Amino acid sequence: MGFEGIGASVRRKEDHRFLSGRGSYTDDINRPGQLYAVIRRADRPHAKILGIDTAAASAAPGVSAVYTGAELEADGVGGVPCGWQVHSKDGSPMAEPPHPVLAIGKVRHVGDPVAVVIAATRQQAKNAAELLVIDYEDLPAIAAVRDAVAAGAPLVHDDVPGNVCFDWHIGDKAIVDAAFAQAAHVVELDLTNNRLVPNAMEPRAAIGDFDRSSGEFTLYTTSQNPHVIRLLMGAFVLHIPEHKLRVVAPDVGGGFGSKIYHYAEEAIVTWAAGKLHRPVKWTCDRSEAFMSDAHGRDHSSKAAMALDAQGKFLALRVSTLANMGAYLSTFAPAIPTYLSATLLAGVYTTPAIYAEVKAVFTHTVPVDAYRGAGRPESAYLLERLVDVIAHDTGLDRVAIRRLNFIPRDAFPYQTPVALNYDSGDYQATLKSALAAADWDGFPARRQAAAARGKLRGIGISTYVEACGIAPSKLVGQLGARAGLYEVANIRVHPTGSVTVLTGTHSHGQGHETTFAQLVSDQLGIPIDQVDVVHGDTAKIPFGMGTYGSRSLAVGGSAMVKAMDKVIAKGKKIAAHLMEASVEDIEFKDGRFSVAGTDKSKALAEISLAAYVPHNYPIEELEPGLDETAFYDPKNFTFPGGCHICEVEIDRDTGTVTVANMVAVDDVGRVINPMIVEGQVQGGLAQGIGQALMENAVYDSEAQLVTGSFMDYQMPRAHDFPPMITSTENTLCTHNPLGSKGVGETGAIGCPPAVINAVVDALRDYGVRHLDMPATPQKIWSIIQANQPRMAAE
Amino acid sequence: MPQVSLTVNGRSHTAEIEGRTLLVELLRENMGLTGTHVGCDTSQCGACVVHVDGESVKSCTMLAIQANGAAVTTIEGIAESDGTLHPMQAMFREHHALQCGFCTPGMVMSAIDLVQMHPEGLTEDQIRHGLEGNLCRCTGYHNIVKAIAAAWPIMHGKELPLAAE
Repeated sequence: MGFEGIGASVRRKEDHRFLSGRGSYTDDINRPGQLYAVIRRADRPHAKILGIDTAAASAAPGVSAVYTGAELEADGVGGVPCGWQVHSKDGSPMAEPPHPVLAIGKVRHVGDPVAVVIAATRQQAKNAAELLVIDYEDLPAIAAVRDAVAAGAPLVHDDVPGNVCFDWHIGDKAIVDAAFAQAAHVVELDLTNNRLVPNAMEPRAAIGDFDRSSGEFTLYTTSQNPHVIRLLMGAFVLHIPEHKLRVVAPDVGGGFGSKIYHYAEEAIVTWAAGKLHRPVKWTCDRSEAFMSDAHGRDHSSKAAMALDAQGKFLALRVSTLANMGAYLSTFAPAIPTYLSATLLAGVYTTPAIYAEVKAVFTHTVPVDAYRGAGRPESAYLLERLVDVIAHDTGLDRVAIRRLNFIPRDAFPYQTPVALNYDSGDYQATLKSALAAADWDGFPARRQAAAARGKLRGIGISTYVEACGIAPSKLVGQLGARAGLYEVANIRVHPTGSVTVLTGTHSHGQGHETTFAQLVSDQLGIPIDQVDVVHGDTAKIPFGMGTYGSRSLAVGGSAMVKAMDKVIAKGKKIAAHLMEASVEDIEFKDGRFSVAGTDKSKALAEISLAAYVPHNYPIEELEPGLDETAFYDPKNFTFPGGCHICEVEIDRDTGTVTVANMVAVDDVGRVINPMIVEGQVQGGLAQGIGQALMENAVYDSEAQLVTGSFMDYQMPRAHDFPPMITSTENTLCTHNPLGSKGVGETGAIGCPPAVINAVVDALRDYGVRHLDMPATPQKIWSIIQANQPRMAAE
Repeated sequence: MPQVSLTVNGRSHTAEIEGRTLLVELLRENMGLTGTHVGCDTSQCGACVVHVDGESVKSCTMLAIQANGAAVTTIEGIAESDGTLHPMQAMFREHHALQCGFCTPGMVMSAIDLVQMHPEGLTEDQIRHGLEGNLCRCTGYHNIVKAIAAAWPIMHGKELPLAAE
């Protein structure tokens, strides 16, 4: 057995079942007597529902039931709740319009669910859904945030004037205004962060089941956080007490944020199972996913930086319009505010920052967290702005970053926008990345590309982000309607094997390996003696799930705490068995030993004594070796780093080829380097996808144009070069592992590096900025419209 | 209802099905072989790739009755009977070429066909283009490409020739 502890690239425990076709995803599960639900959705963005004729559908072969919003409303089914309340500048709470499970009175976006048909087979349900006759009166609709806030814009919700959900701000406006008044330079930039569709490869699915003997509901669902779904759906939508509701999130095929939220379909199948006393299964089509999975990003911002004569940043001012879509998704209000504007200091010492965020309703699919969740938006804004500052002032892109970096010895560092960074070394990640990318050798590569008729550019981004959102008390003050701790139960079995129950959820991150590795390392037992269990509220204690790169930093910390309890109890048992004082017992490599003697006992001997307590300190100690810990983080963690992208552009077609992609990240302590590298690579792919390809497009009438993989460009294997990734780590100072998180770094740091490279490649064409995605059409048009400036200029 | 008879992973199977039943539906719903996945509805993602008479096919784009008389191999059928993984499966694990596992069955089946079709060798560029029909959202493809290059010599019993380019 090789080294399998912290720091080893252990091959994954979960792989065997996934590679053999034995994974158990929600759609792979079938319950006896199961019926199939198909949802009829709005094919238009905004309309009054004048009537729904269900007669033909109800009479169609195999149909058990047809339900509309009216039936659910009559049965007391509540609306889909929002989990985060943001307040406006004036102290008023955000507008929180109702979000019915099935539309009532109006539809507000293409894809809004209107009715559900439940039948014996999926095909019968599909056929019957086609027979529903929905009488609509079309209303004007808007999709873009700037259109939504224009005077006289159609209202998404009649009681939300101007379509403004909230008008929030952070920072000291007066100090920022004063700094701008005295600045040597002011550099302004308007930019949009393009709207994305998360597109986890597994489409969402849900099965509702009802046990008539126990009165217990079970929901199988493609979720990143089954307990959050149980809480939201049980308490707010279906009014099922939690002890009568089990939520199982089995193998889940990717999430990237889109499977955090409580979705209407989960409530529909659970409610219908209770009505019909039959299991009810719904599986999303991909085209249906495009119009029902929460989208990501879609921010439109104006940014301005005030600088002194040397290029030191004096103050930053940002004003953002954030698209919420037609309804508030679970964490939507937090994304542009507490997860984005609070990161606007970035890696820089900018002493004064003021940011305003207007969240706006539109006739589009709800928008919520997608890999990075707010931090990609702030990183993109800042890192584009820094390059534009270099462009406008003539300062060097790398030098201006170095000049403004928060120095290594300045941590903990309090930013002007609430966050307190605990650790980091931005010069170190920059230095490594410049070396890995051969930054100094770029001019020669550019020249060589020019000789081949290509335009070559290089771009850099230096970023910081915030993970492991915390502590619960703080996020509560900021409007979260949940705690953000994590739980772990370490169950040492009588013969010494261990089951780890975690409240986090793995949907590709490899938790079954990383956590087993952590426990194996700390308890000194082979990794094959450790199993990690997650995703079932009937098995695990109440945990918060996986998002925001929190699982290791928060969930792993809970495990360390629980293992500390196991070891502390084990020491007492060992002291009793070896007739020594507890203070003299040491635990190392899986053995409890008496200091200074050769007496020792293995963990398995201690656990056996704990469960068969014949010779046991029963007066002072309960039997068993099974410990649970809840860990509430003291602060966010702050991964950061430097990404460098090199691109080549074909002048004739405008096609961008990524020639090189380098990422050097600071993710804190690494448990499994192989998994960390995989997370970075995947994040970079989504970052490059956002920068060059992906874009959720609505037309001027709010119809979704990119509604399938035929229209929405997903990155494919030949879109990427090999990626060069490494870490340059400083430890998190406030959690027991020192780990920061790695799930989102790639998607956060990468897009500005790519666009900075594209703009650099086009520098002879007078380009100062272009919005993502940098499609061939966009670039070809720029090339056509601008004569290249002479090299001598 | 029409009847379809085919061999799946070496076992013969006969079923009465609706004419419009897709091969993937037959495999998943009728035979319980849920290793083959459905990730889209436009034949773009490749999560449903199986081998029909030795060639990779998107099973969401073929009617089950079109497979009448054919030999179908799914992800469940490529390991040895003692559970030893196929070299492609083994290399996917060795090189961390999967994360959530959802695209993996189709990716592995496509990759096996790709390697089998190129006994003369495979460049990285050929591998990347050979995966045109398979989407992965987790890995960025980097490790999938490595895994396929690593499986080639095992499957062909010789070293992978250096790229001629």
